[in-house]
Order: sequence, then structure tokens, then C-alpha cells
Amino acid sequence: MSLEIKTTAIQQRRQTFANVARRLGADRPASRYEESMYDLQPEVNFHYRPTWAPEYELFDKSRTAITMEDWYAPRDPRQLYYGAYTIARSRMMEATEKNFAFVEKRQLLAAIAPAWAEIVRLYLLPLRHYEWGANMNNSQITAIGYGAAITQATQFITMDRLGIAQIISRVGLVMDGNAGDSLAAAKRAWMDDPVWQGVRRMVEDSLVLTDWFELLVAQNLSMDGMLYPLVYGRFDAGGQAHGAQGLSMLTEFMVDWQDDNAKWVDAVIKRVAAENDANRQLLSGWYAAWATRAQEALRPLADHVLGCDGVTALAEIRQALDARARKIGLLV
Amino acid sequence: MTTLLKEPKAKKLGLKERYAHLTRGLGWETTYQPMSKVFPFADYEGIKIHDWDAWEDPFRLTMDAYWKYQAEKERKLYAVIDSFAQNNGQMNITDARYINAIKIFLTGVSPLEYMAHRGYAQVGRHFVGAGPRVACQMQAIDELRHAQTQIHTISHYNKFFDGLHDSRHMHDRVWYLSVPKSFFDDAASAGPFEFLTAISFSFEYVLTNLLFVPFMSGAAFNGDMATVTFGFSAQSDESRHMTLGLEIIKFMLEQDEGNVPIVQKWIDKWFWRGYRLLTIVAMMMDYMLPKRVMSWAEAWEMYFEEAGGALFKDLARYGIREPKYADVARKEKGRLSHEAWCTFYNYTHAAAFHTWVPKEEELAWLSEKYPDTFDKLYRPRFEYWQKQQEAGKRFYNNSLPQLCTVCQVPMLFTEPDDPTKICFRRAEHKGETYHFCSDGCCDIFKDEPEKYIQSWLPVHQIFQGNCGGATIPDVLAWYHLNNGVDNLDYQGSPDQQLWDAWMKDRGKAGG
Repeated sequence: MSLEIKTTAIQQRRQTFANVARRLGADRPASRYEESMYDLQPEVNFHYRPTWAPEYELFDKSRTAITMEDWYAPRDPRQLYYGAYTIARSRMMEATEKNFAFVEKRQLLAAIAPAWAEIVRLYLLPLRHYEWGANMNNSQITAIGYGAAITQATQFITMDRLGIAQIISRVGLVMDGNAGDSLAAAKRAWMDDPVWQGVRRMVEDSLVLTDWFELLVAQNLSMDGMLYPLVYGRFDAGGQAHGAQGLSMLTEFMVDWQDDNAKWVDAVIKRVAAENDANRQLLSGWYAAWATRAQEALRPLADHVLGCDGVTALAEIRQALDARARKIGLLV
Repeated sequence: MTTLLKEPKAKKLGLKERYAHLTRGLGWETTYQPMSKVFPFADYEGIKIHDWDAWEDPFRLTMDAYWKYQAEKERKLYAVIDSFAQNNGQMNITDARYINAIKIFLTGVSPLEYMAHRGYAQVGRHFVGAGPRVACQMQAIDELRHAQTQIHTISHYNKFFDGLHDSRHMHDRVWYLSVPKSFFDDAASAGPFEFLTAISFSFEYVLTNLLFVPFMSGAAFNGDMATVTFGFSAQSDESRHMTLGLEIIKFMLEQDEGNVPIVQKWIDKWFWRGYRLLTIVAMMMDYMLPKRVMSWAEAWEMYFEEAGGALFKDLARYGIREPKYADVARKEKGRLSHEAWCTFYNYTHAAAFHTWVPKEEELAWLSEKYPDTFDKLYRPRFEYWQKQQEAGKRFYNNSLPQLCTVCQVPMLFTEPDDPTKICFRRAEHKGETYHFCSDGCCDIFKDEPEKYIQSWLPVHQIFQGNCGGATIPDVLAWYHLNNGVDNLDYQGSPDQQLWDAWMKDRGKAGG
């Protein structure tokens, strides 16, 4: 048996907006992602050149060497728009909050062996600055990138990186009983400790990149692609023998986030590489240069945390990252 | 009940302290790259900041809380949007004429939300201090929210009514939409400090009650549940944005005395720029809402003269005075909406919304709200047009209007002290003559002529052959405006026919 509620049928004049219908090839119902993403960025008839970059229009395709017939081709496989994004992240954060409560209640970070706790302070807490650099880079892409398909996703990443920097900071506060001195020490390490200088130099060099697509590849594929598996994979695994299970619960957000973000990064780069051979060459060159850079920059940190296994760990991560890059069409 | 585990003893953190730990310490002085290269736009506007840490974070919002609050709001909003669609909420509005206000909103305002998103991303990257940068980044993503939720809210109306179908395309081309477009292009092409003065302070703090709020109140008064729900949902974002506006002004003024004249110049410019943009809101409030909220003149008195007056009194201690030409706006308040509606009545064949002669009771409302001006100056026009229309001679002006080079509004405003004489101002620059609607716009031009000579003026562009052709139908096609459907008088429009059919059907008994 089924129930049938009678409703009045009202004739619709159209199913979706005309610009969306043109892209779908027909006037048919469109998703919320499609309606609120396509063609959102103005492309023509700008009134004034930006006083901060008068050689360009406000939004200008020539700000990257990458060329696309249609900048709305590299779409988000997750179909995130603002509402879907915040709801997804609030769910992840809810789980993280529970984990923090669990760990704090049981004082699980106090169970970490003291020598390893020192190592954690050195390898994890300064990453709040790495994340802040990643936040700046994605905000830069959002500002000067082309096409809402990409720039709305980088706006989400911008906020994600701030959120991750804040989760790392909270780990520091749990470790130092809310005194904040662990964060001050982490900043000193970021500024002066030799294990961090290669990474900081790499981040600062990325902050001044002028091609926004190179920046996208450098930050979100190469640098993150080396750093995340090292820190949240290898270092975390190393901690299991030293009582650091509680810490894994606090950094699980980053593991989940990287999995989610990589879906977008890979889809975008794959589509852009498939566009033409010049793109593929550029992307491959940028990927390799920044992955090599990251591999070298992370070496002192990997050595410090993993000892003689550090170099192998980095080589294995690089190998896996190269495989990922090949899978999305880069020449590696 | 006792817990099994003893809570660890940790120092209690206040909100301010916690926020400082989680946010303020994130930035660092770069050494491998010079700070001047990492932050290349920090001082080219002449604003001096000695201590970025003196920034008072107006809302100490961390990302965990941001995701939580915003997700809760989104769940509620989309539930209402879905139920609105399912229950054919579009049939519960006061009258289909109301939808024309929504057409102006989607084509004229929502694209500005998007531009704000990109503009705040730029400042959110390039300010030197971590505190203001985070505030800007949050506004950047909020503005994306507003652009997207507005599209989702209005999407349902687009399925039934005309003129909403291609708002992005129109925004970048249609003549009257160059008013909002040039406004935001002007702000986005300025440096970070001017951008914040323009948008955070002048637009969000001083004028938002006259832009965003009238549309949302209009929605509430006219049975538009979808749009008003969006309005309520955006309210807490907007109050954060307003707070940022006031903070940034105070921050600049407190950091260096030399900033005061620069900030004053920007306040003067952006007050006038924003006020001219509000012309279309004034017209919407007085003419387009079947059920009126308040008159433009009343809104101006309440939100600018009273609230703004108190604000500028407060800022006087920094050496800031009321914006230049606020007195002109005061003089214009009894005429602004009427002059604008009359102009659109003339040119509605080239607009993506309908106009009409107000009904008898609406004329009476206008007489009551504007006792000094309406009966004397404007009512006779409407009575004449009404007669013409009844005789089958609905008037459309087939010439193209002259536009002000700065605000891009057609030259429809009258002399501050003579409501019967059109106000013209002109200036020479490098052997060319430029025209303006007011002293306010003329001053803005003279201060930065190299910027405003770049203006993409729609009428000039039509004459130069850049808009699809030489005839009005050619240009309308280039606008993606469906001639005979989206444009012309409301009387006889497909919108009207549809609405009348719905209302007739509603009266019938049985299925």
C-alpha cells in the first residue's frame, strides 16, 4: 500500500538558470553545486585596472602560464558549495572535539614517553606556521586565480588550513596545560631550529610565487603530498611505540582532511593536464621541482624523528607521490 | 553522579587568551624572503601601521566554532528553501510586481557579494597582521556564502518568473547594472586599506541598513519567506562584517595621525559612491514593493541622518567629520526615488524588469510620505502617463541616456537647490571632456582621473558598436534579455498573466 497526497501541479517556465542550461546542454534541473558555481566570477567589461597590479585585469587569465578553453572544466568531484562545505567540516570537527574531550579526560598525552613528547613538540607544533603559510597561499589563489570552480575550493582550503593550525595549537595547549609556552617554543624552533629552516625557506619562497597555478601545485600537491604522509603517517606510526596513541586521535582530522582534499587536488590537476601538452609539461615541471624541494627540506626533520629510517621514509613517500602524480597524468 | 576519571588540572583560558594562542601567534617575520616582497601592498596607499598587534579582534571566532555555527544556519536555511519550493511558496507573495525587486537584487546585488568574496581574499592574504587577516578571510568565505545562498534562494523564482534567468551575464553588460559593477570594481581595484574603508566601513557599517535590510524587510512584508529566511540567516554574518568595518577605521586612525586625511578622503568618496548606488534601492522601496516597509526618506533619516550622525560625532575625536556632500543627500531625499522611477519608466524596454504607473492608493501613499515634493513635482507625470497608457500610447524613450562618468547613473538627478533643473557637471582631462551627475562624482574623478577615464560606460560602448549592434533589439539580444518578455511595462507582461491566472485559479472551487 502506498499513500498519495494530492498536490496541485504548477507549470514551470524553466528548470534552471540560462547559463547553467547552456553548460548542461539543456534546460534540465541542475544541482546546487552547478547553480551556485558556474560563471560566478565576472570575466568581461571590467571598469578599472587594479592599482596593485595595473598590468592585469581584475581577473585575468594571463596570471598563470596554464591555458584552459574553459576554466569551469576543472570541477570539484565532491561538489562542495558553501553549505555542503561547512556541514561536512562541522561533522569532522564534531568528531575531533569528542577526541579532544576523550584525550583530555584521560590525560592521554601525559602517557607519551617524555623523550618522544619532546620530539612531538618539535615536529608537530611548528607546523601551525606551515599551515598558516598554506592558508596564505590558498587565499592568494582565491584572490587572483581564475574561475569560481577553482577559487571557491581554494577559499575552503584557506579556512581548512587555519582550522588545522588551530587544532595543532590546541594540541600544544593540551601538552602545556594551557600555558602557551609550547607554542612560543614551537615558534622559536620554526624561526631558528636547523631542522625547520629548509621547510621555512621553502614556505617563504612559495609565498612570493607569481604564477597562481604553480602555487596551487607547489602547496597542495607537492609540499602537502610530501609533508602529510611523513608527519601524520610515518611520525605518527613512530609514536605508537612511545605511547602516543592519544595524539593520533587529535591529529586524525588532518588525515581525513588530506584524503578529502587530495580528491579535489587530483581531479583539478588531472583535468588541467589533459587540456593540452603545454599544460602537462608545466605541471610536471612544477610538481617535480617542488616535490624534490620538499623532500630535501624535510630531510633534517625526518632524520631527527625517525633516525636512520628518515631518508628511506622520504624516498618511499616520494615514490608513492610520484605514482599519484603519474596517475593524474603528469610526466614523472 | 561522580565521574570515574579526575579532570586534569589545566589553567583556565579566557576567550581572548585562547583566541590569541590559536590565532595571533601564527604569523612570523619572514627572513628568507623580505617582508616587503611577501606583503608588497602594505604601504603603497600611504597608510602607516606601526603596530599590527594593536589590532583588537572584533569577534574572536575560531574555525571550530565557525564551522559549527555556520553549518547549523545552513541546515536550517536549506530546510526552509526546500519547503518553500515544495509548497509553491512563490504563490504566497503579495503580488508578482514584487518579484521585480528580487530581479534587481539577483542581477545587481548578488554579484557584488561574489566580488566581496574575492576582494576579502585579497586583503586576507595581503594584510601584514594575523588578526585583521583572519577577520578578512572569514568575511571572504561569508561573502561566498551570501552569493551562493542568494542564488539558491532565488533559483525557485527563476523557474516561474522572467528576468532572473541570466543574472551573471547581465551584470557584466546591462546598462544600469554597470552602476553596481563599477562600484565594486572601483573598490576591488583599490589598495587593501581603501578596499576596507569602501566595503567594510562605508558599505557594511554606514550603509548596509539602507541596502541589504530594505530588500530583506521588503521580502518579509511581501510574503517572500525564502528571501527573508536568507536575510535572517545572514544577519549574524552581517553584524560581524559591520564590526570589522568600524574596527578597521579606528585602527587606521589610531595608528598614525597622518592616516586621518587619507581616511577622510576615502570616507568622502565612498559615502558618495555608496549613496549613488542606493538610488536604485530608494526606487525599489518607494515604488516596487506592493506592501511598503517605509519610505526612502524615512529610511535615510533613520539610518543615515540619525545613526550615521551619531557615528560621525563619535569619530570626531579622531578628527573625522561627516562625509562631504551629506547635505546634498539630505536635500535629495524627497526626490531621489521619484527621479529614478520616472527614468526607469522611460527606459524599461531596455531593462530586465518591469515598471508601471503606481496604483491610486500607491500614489496616495507617496503623497503622504512626500508632502513637499510628490504632488507638486511627480504626481502630474504619473497621471499624464496613465492617461497615455489608457489611450494605448505607453511611452518609451528610444534615445540613449547620458551617463555620469563616475557613478554611471543616467543624468537624472536635479540641482541640489532646484528640483526642476537637471544637474550637470563637467571636467577636462587631457583634452577630453567628462560629464558628471554631481559635485560628489566630479570630485572623485578629479582626484583620480586616470582611474575613471577607464570606465566601461554602457552607452559609449553601444555607440562604439561593442554591444551586439546598432538597434535596441540587437543590444537586448546581446544582454540575453528576452524582448517582450523580460522588459516593458508590467501591464500585459507574461509575469502578470501568469500571476493573474494563478490568482484566478485559487478562487475556483474543486479540482
